[in-house]
Amino acid sequence: MKRLGLLLLLIGALATPGFALAASASDQAPGPQPRASLPEIEDEVMCPVCGTLLGLSHSPAAERERVFIRKLIAQGKTKDEIEDALVAEYGGQVLAMPENRGIDVWAYAIPVIGLVLGLLGVAWAIIAWRRRRPDPEDEQPSEAPSEDEADRLEKDMARFDL
Amino acid sequence: MNWRTSIVVLGVVALLAFLVWGLVKKGESSLSLGEPVPVATLQTLPEGGEGSLEDYRGQWVLLNVWASWCGPCKAESPALDRFEKNNRDRITVLGVDTKDLSEDAMKFLREFKIEYPQLRDASGDYTDGKLKTTGVPESFLVDPEGNLVAHYPGPFADEAAIEAFAAPALKDQAGTTGDQQSQGGGSK
Repeated sequence: MKRLGLLLLLIGALATPGFALAASASDQAPGPQPRASLPEIEDEVMCPVCGTLLGLSHSPAAERERVFIRKLIAQGKTKDEIEDALVAEYGGQVLAMPENRGIDVWAYAIPVIGLVLGLLGVAWAIIAWRRRRPDPEDEQPSEAPSEDEADRLEKDMARFDL
Repeated sequence: MNWRTSIVVLGVVALLAFLVWGLVKKGESSLSLGEPVPVATLQTLPEGGEGSLEDYRGQWVLLNVWASWCGPCKAESPALDRFEKNNRDRITVLGVDTKDLSEDAMKFLREFKIEYPQLRDASGDYTDGKLKTTGVPESFLVDPEGNLVAHYPGPFADEAAIEAFAAPALKDQAGTTGDQQSQGGGSK
């Protein structure tokens, strides 16, 4: 039982950074944002038709999206404002990372839940395996050899002069 | 079979069922002729209203999916516009702009002087997800009951190609118009 407690403590310690990571995206302290740049935004939004990051695409639709972003950068918009404008134009799928609210939060939560369940499974398997393993002290002595075996043993020992 | 084995077997069966379901869904690559064309409420172009294919129930509709960044859409637009002007009493042309910037889409409509109704599917959820389009332009001929009569992936070469595509609607409406005219004439 003590071992189980230790294992659960270990799992909790391992899982905590995952939750902290998931929460950190939404808990960033608000403050003045640095000026947005095209390469930075290109790495965080999708091309509307290619299914890839905008930075990897040179399709006509991606070029129009870039023109739109450049225009907003020139207007002095922050990265968040530009991403909001892109969501307004193309919908939420334009963001490479799901938004950290509503149903999208499951995109962060499910891997963490999976990790915790996996670790619990491993812990359970280890405990079950240790319980099943027989104690060497409890092992029964093997049965006495049969007559044939005893004869053969005698003969072999005589043959090898033991 | 003990409970552990049952759980493993159930897990494997569920996984296989999920894979088969995924393959079947993926196999449904396009709408079948005769099946109801999916509908969705979308924003209109220009912005400020909402509309749906369902609003045109009772009429023949040529639904044309397009985007301003698409070269072939530009190429087919003049012919589509001429077709609409020549046949608007028999069939409604309904444009659906997809994955496009609203400003670009409005510029496109002004450039080609397009007057027929337009909806905007900004995310592509309706066109890709429900109409199962594979690109732009794509056109769908929808009968008055809302069923798919014909599907045309790609741009129309000219007005004659659009007339051939919309022939079921044009023939049907020609008969209806003729009947209405003869009935109207008889009552006078």
